[in-house]
Amino acid sequence: MEVILSFLTGSLYAAGLYLMMRRSLFKLILGLMLMGHAANLLLFTIGGLKRGAPPFIQEGMSRLTGDFADPLPQALILTAIVIGFGLNAFAVMLIRRVHETTGTDDLDEMRHADGPIR
Amino acid sequence: MANPGRCGMVSGMASQTHTRAGFGGRAAGWLLALLAFFLFASLASCIKPVAEAGPLRFSLSWAPSLGVDFALAIDGLSLVFGMMITGIGGLIFIYSIAYMGGHPRLGLFLAELLLFMLSMLGLALADNLILLFIFWELTSVSSYLLIGFENEKPEARAAALQALLVTGAGGLALLAGFLLMGAGGGTMTISALNGSSFAHGGHGLYLPTLILICLGAFTKSAQFPFYFWLPNAMAAPTPVSAYLHSATMVKAGIYLLARLSPALGGTPEWRFLLVGAGTLTLLAGAYMAVIKTDLKQILAYSTVGALGVFTMALGIGGETAAQAAIVYIIAHAFYKGTLFMVAGIIHHETGIREAERLGGLWRAMPATAAAALLALLSKAGLPPFLTFLGKETLLKATLDSPWPWILTGGVVIVSISFVVAGAAVGLMPFYGPGKDYPKTPGRVPATFWMGPLILAAAGLAAGLGNGWMDRWIVSPAVSAVVGKQVQIHSALWHGLTPELGLSALAVLLGFGVYFIWSRRFRSAITWWNPHPPEWVYHAGLRALDAVAIRINRTLQSGYLRYYIIISVATALLVIAAPLAGVAPGEFHLERWLDGHAHEMALAVLMLLAAVMAATAPARMTAIVALGVVGYGMALFFMFFSAPDLAMTQFGIETLSVILMVLVVLRLPPQKKYSSPPSRLRDAGLAIAAGGVVTATLLLATHFPQGSALGDFFADNSYISAHGRNVVNVILVDFRAFDTFGEITVVSVAAIGVYSMIRQPARKKKADNR
Repeated sequence: MEVILSFLTGSLYAAGLYLMMRRSLFKLILGLMLMGHAANLLLFTIGGLKRGAPPFIQEGMSRLTGDFADPLPQALILTAIVIGFGLNAFAVMLIRRVHETTGTDDLDEMRHADGPIR
Repeated sequence: MANPGRCGMVSGMASQTHTRAGFGGRAAGWLLALLAFFLFASLASCIKPVAEAGPLRFSLSWAPSLGVDFALAIDGLSLVFGMMITGIGGLIFIYSIAYMGGHPRLGLFLAELLLFMLSMLGLALADNLILLFIFWELTSVSSYLLIGFENEKPEARAAALQALLVTGAGGLALLAGFLLMGAGGGTMTISALNGSSFAHGGHGLYLPTLILICLGAFTKSAQFPFYFWLPNAMAAPTPVSAYLHSATMVKAGIYLLARLSPALGGTPEWRFLLVGAGTLTLLAGAYMAVIKTDLKQILAYSTVGALGVFTMALGIGGETAAQAAIVYIIAHAFYKGTLFMVAGIIHHETGIREAERLGGLWRAMPATAAAALLALLSKAGLPPFLTFLGKETLLKATLDSPWPWILTGGVVIVSISFVVAGAAVGLMPFYGPGKDYPKTPGRVPATFWMGPLILAAAGLAAGLGNGWMDRWIVSPAVSAVVGKQVQIHSALWHGLTPELGLSALAVLLGFGVYFIWSRRFRSAITWWNPHPPEWVYHAGLRALDAVAIRINRTLQSGYLRYYIIISVATALLVIAAPLAGVAPGEFHLERWLDGHAHEMALAVLMLLAAVMAATAPARMTAIVALGVVGYGMALFFMFFSAPDLAMTQFGIETLSVILMVLVVLRLPPQKKYSSPPSRLRDAGLAIAAGGVVTATLLLATHFPQGSALGDFFADNSYISAHGRNVVNVILVDFRAFDTFGEITVVSVAAIGVYSMIRQPARKKKADNR
C-alpha cells in the first residue's frame, strides 16, 4: 500500500504547488491546504502502515505488545492537523478581508505595500 | 512638518550631551591613557624574563576539535609590537583629549580607539592562527569606524569603506591561507608551525599558502599595488592617522610576515614576492611623498615608503636584514607618530595643512617645533637617533643581498625622499617668514605637545641607549624572526664603511633637494602626478554592483509566484540530483499489489479530486473537491490504525469546508489571470516536484525504520501515565508542553479571525490608481 500512497502524496503535492503558483489569493490558500494534507500523508506513510492495529493498550495489559501502529507519527500528525486548521481559518478570513479592502483577488495588484490602500 | 517646539528640545538635549561628553570624555581620556600605560608597564615587566628564559605562553582550550585555542605567547617580537601599541596608545589618548576636545562624540571616539588598541594587542600576542585572524579582522573593523568617524563627510565614509573592502578582501585571502597552512602544517598553533619545516619540506601547499598570506599582509600594510587606501584613510581625525595608519595597524601585515618568517621565509618564492612588492612600494611611496604638499598626504606616502622598506628587509631575510627591519619599525613608530601629531597640532591651530602656506610657527609653538625638529633629524637618519642604526644595518643587508645595486639604490632613494618629506613637515611650517592663517595660533596646551615631544625624545634615547636596546629588545625580537637564538651588537660608530658613506650621501642629497630647489623641483615634477592603481578598485566595485543588481532583479521580482517557482525549482534540483542515479528496480513498484480494492478506489478518487481542485473554474467546485480530499485523508487514517486522527480529520474538515463556503459566497466569480503557456510551465514544475516526493517516499518506505521512541511510548504509557490510548498520552502527557504551545497558536489564530470579523474593513479608494 506504500506505493499507492506514495503516488497519492506526490499528486497532492503537485496539485498544491500548482495552485500556489496561481495569481489568485483564493487559489493560493487552497493550494496551501492541499499541501497540508500532502505533508500529513507523507508523515503517515513514512511512519509505517499497519491495518487493524491501533496503538491502544488492551484491558488487563500494562504495555503495547505484538504488532501495533507507531503512535509517535500519529501524535505528530494530530498536532499538525489542529495547527493547520488554525492557519487555514485565519487565511480564509484573510481572503475575505483582503477582498473587502482592496476589491481584488489578484496577488499582482497587491505587490505595493505603499499602494492605494489608505 | 516643522515642529519648532520639538526642534528646540532636541537641540537643547544635544548641547546638554555636548557638555556632559566634554567633561566625561576628558576624564575618560586620562583613564584610558592610564590603562594603556599600565599595559605598557606590564609588558615591560616581561622584557627580562623573555630575554633570559624565552617566550611566555598562556593557552585556554576553545574549540579543540578545530585546533582553535585562545593561545597567547609573549616573545621578543610580540613585546616590540605590544609596547609600541600600548605606549603610543597612551600618548594618543592624551593627545586626543586636546585634539578632539569638546567634540560631542568624544566618548565614542575614545571607545573606538580602545577597541582598536585591544584588538591590535591581541593580534600581537596571539599564538593561534584563527585567534590572530579574529583580532586581525577586529583591527580592520575598528579602523573602518575610526576613518569614518567624521561620518557627516562623504569622503570620510568613502575612504572608510575603501579601507574596509581592501583590507577585508585581503583578510579573506588570509583566512584561506591560514586554513591551508593549518592543513599543511598539521596545527594551528603559530609557535608549533614555526618549529616545523613547512617551508623547506617542499610541501605542495606551500606556494598557495604563501601567496594567500601575502595578499592579506600586503593589503593590510598598504603594499604595491594596494597602497591607495592608506592616503585616502587620512580622512580620519589626526590621532587616528598617527596611531593606526602610521605607527601600528598598517604594520600588522609586516608583523605577520615577521611572525611567520621562520615557517614560510627563506625560499626563492618568498624573496621574490616580498622583495618585489617592497621595492615597488618604497619607490612609489618615495616619489609620491615628495610631490605632495598636504602635510598628512606627505606623511601618508612616506609611511607607504617605510612599509615598503620593512617588507623588502623581511624578504631579504637573515639576521642583519631582520635586525634592520625591527630597528627601523621601532624608530619609524617614534618619528612618524611624532610628525603626524605635529601635523595635527599645526592644522588644529592654524586651519591649514598645505606645507607651502605655512611658516614661522616656531615662536607660537616652541615645544611642538622642538618635537618636530627631533623627529625630522630621526627621520633623516642622523646619528645618534635609532633610525641611524636602522639605516646602517639596512644598507649592510642590501649590500650583502643577491641584488645589491637595485636594493641599495632603492634604499638611498627612499632615504632622500624621507629627508625631503620630513623637512616639509618638520621645517617648512616652523621657520621662514610667517604667513596669514584663518585662525591665529594660540598657546598650544601641554596635553597637545606632550605626546609628540615624549615620542620624539624616546627615538633619541633609544638611539643613545642602543646597547640596552640590543640586549633586551632587539635581540629577542630578531631571534623570533629568524627562528633561532641570536645576540645583536650594534654601534653608532663602525668606522668609515660604505654604509656610512651612502647614509651621509642620502642625507646631504635630501637636504640639498629640500633647501636648494625644493619649490622648483616640486612644481617641475608635479606634471607627472600619477593616480594610485585605484581605478581597479572602482571598476571592481562597479562590476560587483551591476552583478548584484542583476541577481537581485531576477531573484527578488516582487511576485509571490516567482518566489515559489524559484524555491521549488531549487529544492527540486537539489533533491533530484541524487535520485538520478537510482535504478528503476530500487523503487520496488511491485509492492502496489498489497493494496486492497477499496483502498485503491479511494486513492483514485482522491487523485481525481485533487486534479479537480487544481483546475476547477468555479470556487465552489474547488471547495467540494478539497473536501473530498480531506475526508479521504480521514478514511485512510481509519484504514491504517489511526482512529484518533480520523476523528479529528473528519471534524476539522467539516469546519473548514463550512468556513470556506461562508467566505467564498461573498466573493465575485473567479477570473482567469494566467495564460495557457504559464499554466503549462507551472503544471510541469509542480508535477516534477510531486514526482520527486513520490520517488523519495518510495525509496524511504522500502526500508521501514524501527522507532525507538515508539517502543518507549508503548512500554511506558500505561505504567507511567496511566493511559491506554498511547497517542493521547503522548499529546497530553509526554509532550504536554508541545500541546500547550499548539493551544496557544490556535487561540492566537482565533483572536485574529475574531478581530477580522468584528472590525469593519477600510475600503480602497477607487480613484487612487
